[in-house]
Amino acid sequence: MKFVDEFRDSQKAQYLKQAIHNLAQQIEPTLSRPLQLMEFCGGHTHTIFRYGIEQLLPDCIEMVHGPGCPVCVLPMGRVDDAVNLAIRPEVIFTTFGDAMRVPGSTMSLLQARGKGADVRMVYSPMDALNLARQNPEREVIFFALGFETTMPSTALTVLQAEREGIKNFSLFCNHITTAPTIKAVLDEPDLMLDGFLAPGHVAMVIGLQPFEFIARDYYKPLVITGFEPLDILQALWMLLKQIAEQRCAVENQYARVVQPTGNKAALNAIHQVFATREHFELRGLGSIDHSGVGMTANYSGFDAERKFAVKPLTVIDPKECQCGAVIKGLIKPWECQIFGKACTPETPMGALMVSSEGACAAYYNHGYRSAAA
Amino acid sequence: MCLGIPGQITAISDADKLMAKVNVSGIVREVNIACIVDEEHTVEQCVGDWVLVHVGFAMSRIDEEEALHTLRLLDELGELQQELDAMEASGVRA
Repeated sequence: MKFVDEFRDSQKAQYLKQAIHNLAQQIEPTLSRPLQLMEFCGGHTHTIFRYGIEQLLPDCIEMVHGPGCPVCVLPMGRVDDAVNLAIRPEVIFTTFGDAMRVPGSTMSLLQARGKGADVRMVYSPMDALNLARQNPEREVIFFALGFETTMPSTALTVLQAEREGIKNFSLFCNHITTAPTIKAVLDEPDLMLDGFLAPGHVAMVIGLQPFEFIARDYYKPLVITGFEPLDILQALWMLLKQIAEQRCAVENQYARVVQPTGNKAALNAIHQVFATREHFELRGLGSIDHSGVGMTANYSGFDAERKFAVKPLTVIDPKECQCGAVIKGLIKPWECQIFGKACTPETPMGALMVSSEGACAAYYNHGYRSAAA
Repeated sequence: MCLGIPGQITAISDADKLMAKVNVSGIVREVNIACIVDEEHTVEQCVGDWVLVHVGFAMSRIDEEEALHTLRLLDELGELQQELDAMEASGVRA
């Protein structure tokens, strides 16, 4: 068992495809419009496009590609803040590759590097900490991004820096939380979602309980799922079963990885280092209560915002850019007026075109350009 | 960004710093195992574990029993499907 190929088996995918079509036939007579099922996570969006899953589904199912790509919902003002930190001569600014090309109002981190800023791509926050060890005369900042999946790694890195007494390491913290973001999507009046595929790796950290309000208060069925094609297909089948049986529950397709109570060690590290912010802005969604975390007072020495007195900038997105409407599922990417024209993966104007997990880049890279013509 | 890759722990490289060697599709690299160690599962017991690796950290142990359970369910779904198909072919509706 390698836990990869087994979940890409084409025969089992055929079984699931047929089972989905059978259930859809049962449900279809009760529908006045196609079912809208949202995959929240950009990782799921990537799998859906890579394996052509939408083409396997019956016409009465529409996938809505949600806001769960942390790079995509990074506000332009925060990118500007990151660039302003990166251009300081004493700073080595480190980041995951995804964030390098996200456009700020004047430049991206990649463009800042072209102008002489010391911006370095790292695989892990531990690599950033290594750079701090190796360069004691410089200030190493890690651009901490992501939902709860990535929070434990940055928290544990800060705890390691504290243990070693490393003073020239800090986080520019932009971590965001899943449940408030899903709630903001659910509160969107124009949206008519019928169910959710929930992010398996977030649930691996936080467990099932934080998702329960979606079934309990919003009456939407939800299935926590993994990232291989069989995972997605099985989760869609489980969602349809709930819909056919008129049930709303939180179900776990990804039990090989997700424990119901999450990961205790990861949660302890998160709660030690991070505290919920009252508000945080997400690109395309605006300010959302409790949707982000900052660093607790005990770790303020590792907080780049405090250390370098960052004054958060708010920048309004270019008015042509319709990332917000795409994230909410109100329009398809190709319906955006600049999709495939002014905005391409080579010259992204909106964040959804930057990361391969963004809905626009996924449509563009998988040949949906013609839909815009 | 939130994706992880399955890998198998082959050795503990630094027990104090909770670092282990993990084989991910033939490539061996060091990862932090703080999230998968507790009183009931010690550092030494991690060797041989399959884990989900995310940005240099083993975030969760992968449960082989649960994985097999999922795959068995899908086979059963296939068998059920074949039965339904056979019934349909013989003119009997389920």
